[in-house]
Amino acid sequence: MSSKYDNVPLSPERRRLLQGLAALPLFGVSKLGFGASLPTAQVNTTGLAITDTEVTVGQLHSATGTMAISETGSIQAEQLAIDQINALGGILGRKIKVIKEDGASDWPTFAEKSRKLLVNDKVATVFGCWTSASRKAVLPIFEKENGLLYYPTFYEGLEQSKNVIYTGQEATQQIIWGLDWAQKEKGAKKFFLVGSDYIWPRTSMKIARKHIENFQKGRVVGEEYYPLGNTNFNSLINKIKVAKPDCIFAAVVGGSNVAFYKQLKAAGITGAKQFLLTLSVTEDEMLGIGGENFAGFYSSMKYFQSLDNENNKVFVESFKKAYGPKAVIGDVTQAAYLGPWLWKAAVEKAGSFDVDKVVAASPGIELKTAPEGYVKVHDNHHLYSKARIAQGQADGTFTVVAESSDLIVPDPFPKGYQ
Amino acid sequence: MNAIKNWLMRGGYGSFVILALILVVVFPLAMDIFRLNLVGKYLTYGFVAIGLVMLWGYGGVLSLGQGVFFGLGGYAMAMFLKLEASDPESTKIQSTPGIPDFMDWNQLTALPLWWEPFKSLPFALFAVVAVPVLLAFVVSFAMFKRRVGGVYFAIITQAVALILTVLIIGQQGYTGGVNGMTDLKTLLGWDIRTDGAKYVLYFVNAGLLLGAILLCRWIQLSKLGTLLLAMRDKEDRVRFSGYDVSMFKVFAFCLAAGLSAIGGAMFTLQVGFMSPSFVGIVPSIEMVIFAAIGGRMSLVGAVYGTLLVNFGKTYFSESFPDLWLFLMAALFIGVVMAFPNGLAGLYESHVKPWLARRRSAGAPATLPVPPAPAGHAAPVKAEPALSARVSGQTA
Repeated sequence: MSSKYDNVPLSPERRRLLQGLAALPLFGVSKLGFGASLPTAQVNTTGLAITDTEVTVGQLHSATGTMAISETGSIQAEQLAIDQINALGGILGRKIKVIKEDGASDWPTFAEKSRKLLVNDKVATVFGCWTSASRKAVLPIFEKENGLLYYPTFYEGLEQSKNVIYTGQEATQQIIWGLDWAQKEKGAKKFFLVGSDYIWPRTSMKIARKHIENFQKGRVVGEEYYPLGNTNFNSLINKIKVAKPDCIFAAVVGGSNVAFYKQLKAAGITGAKQFLLTLSVTEDEMLGIGGENFAGFYSSMKYFQSLDNENNKVFVESFKKAYGPKAVIGDVTQAAYLGPWLWKAAVEKAGSFDVDKVVAASPGIELKTAPEGYVKVHDNHHLYSKARIAQGQADGTFTVVAESSDLIVPDPFPKGYQ
Repeated sequence: MNAIKNWLMRGGYGSFVILALILVVVFPLAMDIFRLNLVGKYLTYGFVAIGLVMLWGYGGVLSLGQGVFFGLGGYAMAMFLKLEASDPESTKIQSTPGIPDFMDWNQLTALPLWWEPFKSLPFALFAVVAVPVLLAFVVSFAMFKRRVGGVYFAIITQAVALILTVLIIGQQGYTGGVNGMTDLKTLLGWDIRTDGAKYVLYFVNAGLLLGAILLCRWIQLSKLGTLLLAMRDKEDRVRFSGYDVSMFKVFAFCLAAGLSAIGGAMFTLQVGFMSPSFVGIVPSIEMVIFAAIGGRMSLVGAVYGTLLVNFGKTYFSESFPDLWLFLMAALFIGVVMAFPNGLAGLYESHVKPWLARRRSAGAPATLPVPPAPAGHAAPVKAEPALSARVSGQTA
């Protein structure tokens, strides 16, 4: 089945784009000077906050509240990308100025702040949101006010908006290749699905179940959901012990993660004895869980900090330089870092900051300097990206053990998985 | 006695007229639609705050679960709007077109039976008030008849808030879960997202709020209001006088619930979505803070308190995104420490005596009026105390 998701038309389109303006080497020195001379009236026909020297963008994440711990990485990565772009001379000759707003982990506040950014501040684009709930809260506003949002988190799919570019994976990109890997490499046939009780784990597990039952001819021996913030997994652990799955497939989020892995370890379910694949543990979560509790388990993401390529080395180095040697970079942090670069490429391709023109220019935009490797924007506003499996180590790092050979096509409305 | 009462009533309504002018004339002229819409959102919390003045300030019953009723009212409205937004045409991408999107994501294939009545606007409007009031009645009747009160009742209301949050988040196929109900578009075909609609909704909201204040004033000035005060200060005496104390408390609780629910419904209309983040314990306590800052004895003060806190929240978080929570905390602590009776109490104890001194230079300065009436004030004596406070509502 995996072939369905592996065949990405790379060559013709890619070659043509390489010759295009969008394929400028982003870390390179050479910059075409064509943008600098464009008058503001020409690059901004819709009254956005753009002057001859400056373009204003918004950044909308939770700096306070329960989500702050997750969103801080995204805030930092976006800021780093913007600083780097400014150091290279900005976009179309204009430096990026950021207006920061705090969504405070509160969805109505996200809605209020997004309206403020779009209506009052007239920002050219917004980098922001993290949870699906916050995105759902701001989406009608972005559509109504015709704003542009770069959304970094891996999420459940089932959405595609003209006004949003999704730089994280939608559900199928994270799940299907990982399940196939589990079947092929680990011989997993019996799966136990467990998740936090909200839309993303539910949708992810729905896709996982369909794939396991219909395509892999495997079996789901349990499917359990626990409220957000739940910290008692003893009954779950008993059920797992009875069901004896080949694979625990987990999408437990936030603080629950810590309790979940600690209690698994306490019950003797460790990486050495049990195969576990999760969709929700990045380097960020690992800090809380502790390497000793997660050692030996596997995580399915598109990016890991330990990824061995030139782009990533440069990225990790500059990130640590900016935010200290102890800073860790998770999957979403990297996806957030892509936002400003993708926007820059789209604006330069369009030769305009107008949202409609940037949106029209976005499909086909590619980034060869992405830390995760190479990404490209699909017509459906999601990114082609690779899937990777990494094993947690006792020291809290991840070792990448598998990588999809090709880019996986984003498919937010997967047929046969509904 | 009558003359005094008349004079005091004039005073009370004077502050009301000033508030009405601010809401209906000053704000719409001074603000663009974005800010005005924000004010509209704050004013929906004002409904909760004036409900708390009646329940807590007058009835002496502290509820830490008003978010429940705000949320239920908001959800009832959101259900109607969501159904209207989920016509088969705009949901044709779903497995089951014609049902709300979150139901489709949760593998529901038909509209649940209890959602059906919400296709009708009159029913939805009825439910906005009826459902929360019914819940309030059941909870308060069960508690007050057993003479559960004070801090125990406050704990129960918190439990209700927690239960309802868990229920809404857990039953996401029916309620939208933690995302809530989003992407609400039209009310009977009228696009509520346009600037024009926002103006209309703002004025409807302001009108309803002013109407609610008048209703509460009327109750306060009636025999019922006096009884509520008497009951707060010496419950046993009222009971021994032959009144059914528990039913008065039930009434105050239901009144506050109904007002909160109207606020919730107006919130949904103006903000365009409803989510469980209003139902929980934290927002419920926040709403008590609004009333406390404004002054829990003053209806008009409660509205000012709500506006002040929310303006502060918006202003601080826009200007100091990293520090704003500390500034908010400083505001709360500062107000509560400096003026334990809120803004209205500040007016009462400082501004009014100062005005009185100016009016009659030779007369001895009025002592600050203690906000809560003396513990053993009999019902009859409570009336002048009440009126004195009411007259200070321009704070």
